[in-house]
Amino acid sequence: MNNKIKRFIPQILTLLFVIGVIGFFTLNAQVNMDNRGIDFGFGFLKQESSFDVQFSLIEYSGSHSYARAYLVGLLNTLLVSFISIIFCTILGVIIGVSRLSSNFLIRNSAAWYVEFFRNIPLLLQIFFWYYAALRALPLPEKAAPWFGVTFMTIKGYYIPSFIWNNLDVFLYSILAVIICILFINSYAKKLRETSGKQIPLFFISIGLLIVLPALSFLIGGVSLDFEIPVLKKLSQTSYTYEGGIGLPPELIALVLALSLYTSTFVAECVRAGIQGVSKGQKEAAASVGLTPNQILKLVIMPQALRIIIPPTTNQYLNLTKNSSLAAAIAYPDLVLVFAGTALMQTGKAIEIVSITMLTYLSISLAIAALMNWYNKKIEIKEK
Amino acid sequence: MINTLTDKKTSNYYYYLLAGLFLFSISILDVVLYSFFKINLTNFLPDILGLFLPLIIGFVGLHLIRIEYSGIKSIDLINKNINTNNFNAFLTLLIIFAIVKATPPSLSWMIFDANISGESKEACTGTGACWTYVKVWFRRFMYGMYPNDLHWRINTAFILVIGLGFFGFFLKDNLKKYLALYYVIIYPIIAFLVIYYLISGGSFGLVWVETGAWGGLSLTFIVSFFCLIFCFPLGMILALGRRSNLPMIRYISVGYIEFWRGVPLITVLFMSSVMFPMFLPEDFFMDKLVRVIIAITLFEGAYCAEAIRGGLQSLPRGQYDAAKSLGMGYWKMHIFVILPQALKLVIPGICNTFLALVKDTPLIFVVGLAEIAGMLALAKTNPKWLGFAMEGYIFAAIIFWIICYAMSKYSYNLENKYKTER
Repeated sequence: MNNKIKRFIPQILTLLFVIGVIGFFTLNAQVNMDNRGIDFGFGFLKQESSFDVQFSLIEYSGSHSYARAYLVGLLNTLLVSFISIIFCTILGVIIGVSRLSSNFLIRNSAAWYVEFFRNIPLLLQIFFWYYAALRALPLPEKAAPWFGVTFMTIKGYYIPSFIWNNLDVFLYSILAVIICILFINSYAKKLRETSGKQIPLFFISIGLLIVLPALSFLIGGVSLDFEIPVLKKLSQTSYTYEGGIGLPPELIALVLALSLYTSTFVAECVRAGIQGVSKGQKEAAASVGLTPNQILKLVIMPQALRIIIPPTTNQYLNLTKNSSLAAAIAYPDLVLVFAGTALMQTGKAIEIVSITMLTYLSISLAIAALMNWYNKKIEIKEK
Repeated sequence: MINTLTDKKTSNYYYYLLAGLFLFSISILDVVLYSFFKINLTNFLPDILGLFLPLIIGFVGLHLIRIEYSGIKSIDLINKNINTNNFNAFLTLLIIFAIVKATPPSLSWMIFDANISGESKEACTGTGACWTYVKVWFRRFMYGMYPNDLHWRINTAFILVIGLGFFGFFLKDNLKKYLALYYVIIYPIIAFLVIYYLISGGSFGLVWVETGAWGGLSLTFIVSFFCLIFCFPLGMILALGRRSNLPMIRYISVGYIEFWRGVPLITVLFMSSVMFPMFLPEDFFMDKLVRVIIAITLFEGAYCAEAIRGGLQSLPRGQYDAAKSLGMGYWKMHIFVILPQALKLVIPGICNTFLALVKDTPLIFVVGLAEIAGMLALAKTNPKWLGFAMEGYIFAAIIFWIICYAMSKYSYNLENKYKTER
């Protein structure tokens, strides 16, 4: 009985404290909002937003609603995170492997790369790229083409856009390839477990990936055109490019800074993962007669990935959260569009900040839940 | 093939070594001469060949000197470290050439063609960096808009706070047991009073300087210092709460930690500046800087809690069992047995959290506090000093890099130190 009370009292006290704090805040908010004549509610989401966004993936103008503006911001955040994640993974894996190289120069340059980019605040890096480095680029009319068709200018990076005919056929062919590869994969696994035979899965997959889409071009009537950006005169001194896709300099600065900064952390994860596989594993695999290639593919990588993936996902999450720094250089991401412009216009501070925070929170929690599930799945099951 | 030849006829491998070294040094010499003195040795060749010639020559050279053991120390060193196979030799050459090519332009931009004399933009005539800009704005970058003749107050306050921080080392042995008490409770209070009375002023005949005028690097230090000393106890309580066996306390702690870890700091700062005033009682005014410090403390407290939890989890169960078997209660067990050991383990983790905190402080610029990044943005738009963004950012980057690198090295050393003890 005594013990039960002892367990009970602290919990009740904590709960009361939390409820008290929340209640105090709510009460104050109520009074403050009454005094200022603001009412609480999410009705404003349906109202016309009447502000423009520079860069958006979906059709958007001032006549659309605030909810649509939210979507534009969210998509822009996801876009910059997605591109940066791809680049930081590629860079991070290269740097991480280089840090374990036997070559003195490579090892040390990789180490200095990591030390250099990791120890400068991300915001400064973003500012550096945006205000200092990208401002040194040529004006549109003076830009020399890169690879003949793309133009890197102070106003952004202009690349050709694709114009597809019968895009759906092409997508079906890709889908068919994925299904085929999955089937072959399970068949190969079965074959290996029952008879010990190996089939060159990788080459078959690559072959399928080339052959089927190529067939869709030849037979399925798929065709691809490029729209190349063309220089156009706006006025006496101002030029711009028309056609193609224009990536704004904010996006480029953000992607550069985010991927360089995060790649250092990914590199450390990769290095730790490869170092984490004990030497005995390699020697044991060699002693049962596996070739070096097979050792890497069947013994080292599966174990290293188990160590690498969880912290790397964490870094991806950090990257997504850090992409909110976009607001500092006016890239229209979720924070700038919604918690910035929309908040200024509507004055609905509590609603808008909560929605923004909840959005990030749900992204984080979803990925964390996925990670937990994955960790459970790959956990070494000891008997 | 050449390698096998050298292996078979040990008598003539010297020729190979000589030829290889000769070719290797020729290729390096060519690149060095070209990038430092603009002397082109390969003038007579077509451009495209001249570009790749040093690479090819150097590659052949490295291939020739690659043997198992030569007996010559420097060559063995080269072979072992940068010349183990063709691929490595190729990358080695690329890295050497890249370094050699990048050195002259960056050196001349940063030092030889740069200007530092003078007081105005007109003094910058060279093609290089204009360090005059940084020199003129130096006090602004360090102290923000704080009045020039009062800078001694900031300096004195920092020296006092640092001095008080080292005070613990000189305590007598019989007072050492109060060390934790000193650092967790007394020191923050004293530091707060010192900073409040010296930097803010308003009493003792010192002029009041409002927080809006604070800025620059000193603000970075103030914000990160206060956030660190406040977020540590908060993190400790949350970490203990998360490992508590009382479900309600555990759920609340988990909820708190996961919430703050799931949102970006910038939204937290937005919250502190636009949403938090709504939650306070009417006519209760809280300074912007205080709000920011509270917001960052709440945010970093969650990260701190996770670092401390790592330390608590890494303690073997035996420690808990032993303490319990001696009849210790929850608080006695934690204060005397668990926390002293766990906190020693988490010092590197705390260091990393603090490192992240220092790197996050420039963000306070989004709520209008002109920390060093904010001062740079201000200086950049000053009509008298347009066009020197690069110098400013490089200067700030160097300062932050030195601080963060020193901290990360320190935490790395601590990690190694405590690793060997266990």
